[in-house]
Amino acid sequence: MSLPRTPSQTVGPFFTIGLCRRPENELDPKGTMLAGVLYDGNGDAVRDGVIELWDAESRRFGRCGTDAAGTFTFRIRPDADALDGHVFARGLLKHQRFRIPVRELARDDDGGTVFDIRLQGDGATTFYET
Amino acid sequence: MIDVDLVLPDDPSFGPDVQVDYPGYRSTRFRAPDRPLVTLPEELHSLDGPVFGEELLGPLDSDLTRQHEGEPLGERIFVSGRLLDEDGRPLRGALIEIWQANSAGRYRHEVDQHPAPLDPNFSGAGRCLTDDEGNYRFVTIKPGSYPWGNHDNAWRPAHIHFSVLGRAFSQRLVTQMYFPGDPLIPFDPIIHAVRDPKARALLVAEFDLAQTEPQWALAYRWDIVLGRGRGATPLEQE
Repeated sequence: MSLPRTPSQTVGPFFTIGLCRRPENELDPKGTMLAGVLYDGNGDAVRDGVIELWDAESRRFGRCGTDAAGTFTFRIRPDADALDGHVFARGLLKHQRFRIPVRELARDDDGGTVFDIRLQGDGATTFYET
Repeated sequence: MIDVDLVLPDDPSFGPDVQVDYPGYRSTRFRAPDRPLVTLPEELHSLDGPVFGEELLGPLDSDLTRQHEGEPLGERIFVSGRLLDEDGRPLRGALIEIWQANSAGRYRHEVDQHPAPLDPNFSGAGRCLTDDEGNYRFVTIKPGSYPWGNHDNAWRPAHIHFSVLGRAFSQRLVTQMYFPGDPLIPFDPIIHAVRDPKARALLVAEFDLAQTEPQWALAYRWDIVLGRGRGATPLEQE
């Protein structure tokens, strides 16, 4: 038997009602900071997006809506190798999957990491088939 | 006046895939990815996803009509269905989250400026876990249609947003459930970004007379089918 998959639709502009009711951005409450900005193809910050991260090794899941500057922040396991993620936004009809190679990223003095996401254009984030 | 490109002709070749750069939905212009997607290695495709337990849920999370002191205005409805994978296997213990406008077509959200009343007795958010047979059920009120800025005199058909987290990380779906017979559906670019009419029809719930409750509530049935997420075999493994 093969049933047809239910198609995707955008989260729209009001998803915080359903998806961001409480802070869920600490995959490791004592971990290091991972921060980034979600950009559109115009280079503008996306203020109505949501990022989900999954640490498959520790089996911790997190979610963070972007703020007025397009910024998202998480606390992650300091020794995480890589994290898998999904990005959703108004104007994005299907979520996009990406992977953060945490171990390969530069760290600041506190161990913090920056990973921006670009939906389109020069320097666009690599997105994977789902 | 309605632009000619708001609704493109049907194209069954898309199958269940939404056209992410659908021009009639204008916000796609700078947000839809414009490069080919990269194929994931199999071990990442089949990666297990998060598992949620009952302790996450409050007793009234799936009943949007009982989250406040009084009852919300509007048409009381049950929305229920099954969560399955492409092989017809039920997905149990999956987290389903919903959000919606109130019966007047207004979201409880600071960005929503539609001059329709907020309802002090309606937040418009709910969630539940699917049971052992993959069933979910919400009690809510039928959301109203509302205007949006996409084009001149644009109105969204009534809909409920659904977020589903399956077993594999790749079994992720965010979508919208529509209501049968809604006269706005033929003009809506968001649902028409699903170009295959058969796939589009899967986004429209069925009226479910058997599940209605006399003198109380109408009912709609809507099943949700996720991709396989190879490696995650919810029935066989447990």
